[in-house]
Amino acid sequence: MEAEAVRPAPATVGVAAAPSASPVTGRRARRGLSRPAVLVLRTVSLLLFFVLWWGVSLLNAHVLKVFNPILLPAPDEVLRAGIKMAASGELLKHITASLSRVVWGFGIAAALGIVVGTALGRSRLLEHLVEPMLEMLRPIPPLAFLPMMVLWFGIGEASKVAFITYAAFFPIFTTTIEGIKYVDPILIRAASSLGASERQIFWHVVLPAATPNIITGMRLAFGLSFFVIVAAEFIAADSGLGFLINDARTFFLVSNMLLGAAVIGIIGVLANVLLRKLEGRLLRWRKESRGQA
Amino acid sequence: MKAIQIEGVSKSYTEGVLALDEVSLELPENSFTCLLGPSGCGKSTLLNMIAGFIEPTTGRILVDGHEVTQAGADRGVVFQEYALFPWRTAIENVEFGPMIQGLPRPERRAVARRYLALVGLEEHEDKYPRELSGGMKQRVAIARVLANHPSVLLMDEPFGALDAQTREVMQEELLRIWEQDKKTVVFVTHSISESIFLADRIVVMATRPGTIKEIVDVAMPHPRDRSSAAFVALEREIKRLVREEVAKLGVT
Repeated sequence: MEAEAVRPAPATVGVAAAPSASPVTGRRARRGLSRPAVLVLRTVSLLLFFVLWWGVSLLNAHVLKVFNPILLPAPDEVLRAGIKMAASGELLKHITASLSRVVWGFGIAAALGIVVGTALGRSRLLEHLVEPMLEMLRPIPPLAFLPMMVLWFGIGEASKVAFITYAAFFPIFTTTIEGIKYVDPILIRAASSLGASERQIFWHVVLPAATPNIITGMRLAFGLSFFVIVAAEFIAADSGLGFLINDARTFFLVSNMLLGAAVIGIIGVLANVLLRKLEGRLLRWRKESRGQA
Repeated sequence: MKAIQIEGVSKSYTEGVLALDEVSLELPENSFTCLLGPSGCGKSTLLNMIAGFIEPTTGRILVDGHEVTQAGADRGVVFQEYALFPWRTAIENVEFGPMIQGLPRPERRAVARRYLALVGLEEHEDKYPRELSGGMKQRVAIARVLANHPSVLLMDEPFGALDAQTREVMQEELLRIWEQDKKTVVFVTHSISESIFLADRIVVMATRPGTIKEIVDVAMPHPRDRSSAAFVALEREIKRLVREEVAKLGVT
């Protein structure tokens, strides 16, 4: 999240400090690739990854014999394990288990984060009363509370959902409170001189102005939800992709372990694409300006 | 009839700075008044008090006989920074006031369309503010205010961020619109030529503390020729008044 907050200001300062270096030429040098060339390079990058993986695996298994071939199955073996598990319906069961936990935990966190963030962003009193509490908890990695969550909520669904909720709450809460607090005061003045009441200003000015922030928080939180669900399923679960990986470890099924990781990666990419689409839709007024700028 | 009565208004900020000192002024209905002065003379403070954004420390302001206590739809404000809602298209911005009043969608669309046409932007109704030039944004902001039918139009250096050519075009446009839809206008500026071109009456303000230095009535008929002898003479006269105030501020 900190990375998102970093503004490109220092770079601009650097350019300004060196008058001889033109920022335009620098940018042009980076842009000097045609679109198809970029596409080819990016495809090659992905292919190279699999070729290397395949090469190392096969070379070790048949020629070099440096380590036990079981430790690094080739991509086709992972694919075969995937097909087998998909056919038996087991893979879908794990995916559904993890996804439903994420959806629940993330959903509750989004609702809580937006409501609490809005309330604190609107009221100085509440902000000073509640924020220190949350700021104290925030630097503690959510994983530190995982064993506790299991003690409190048992090993059923509740502990996993609660854990995701806890982890996903913070980014949404933080970005919401910022968004609500830093609405351009001139927009509020404009609305009030157009006759809007406090309530109308909240719904028609403050909330829409804070939406980009809230959406950023939600995207970060969604990523985090996936991040922590795997860990939660390592510890206390009998289903889910985290369980799949950990269970495969017990039986030394390295292909299945890699399969679990790959599936998580694919779901993550898909979810991000979906969220970006949604963001582009909701923030049309901003996106188009990006193209212009 | 007096549309705006300013009665012994002072404003001091907590740091003890006196921004305005006992200012009294009466503005007739449908008059066009410019508040002119260097930065720090309290002209924007006075405008913001008429708008109801800030409260006077002493004195009171009446608009159409009612004391100003908060911002309201009877006093439309045009800001230098345009203050358009970036998530609304041009027409949706203009619709804001009618929407707040509870006008049904088709009716407020029609109202907004009429006012966008008045400012010459009917072709751009579906554009977002980011896609519009500065002059176009300010046209939308003016249409948004007029669609709300205020009795008073308050303009805080509305053309200050525009380039010189656009600025002159916008001044002419504003007069054209004002002729069609008469309102009491209070226009804050630090441009002497702008104030002579637009106003019936120029209130030259003094600095530290902000007071009224002189009230200049401009009798020239519209459209005014910026190069005419009368225009230039008045410009020189007002420049002298403003210079004295700038000199008082010391380093410029």
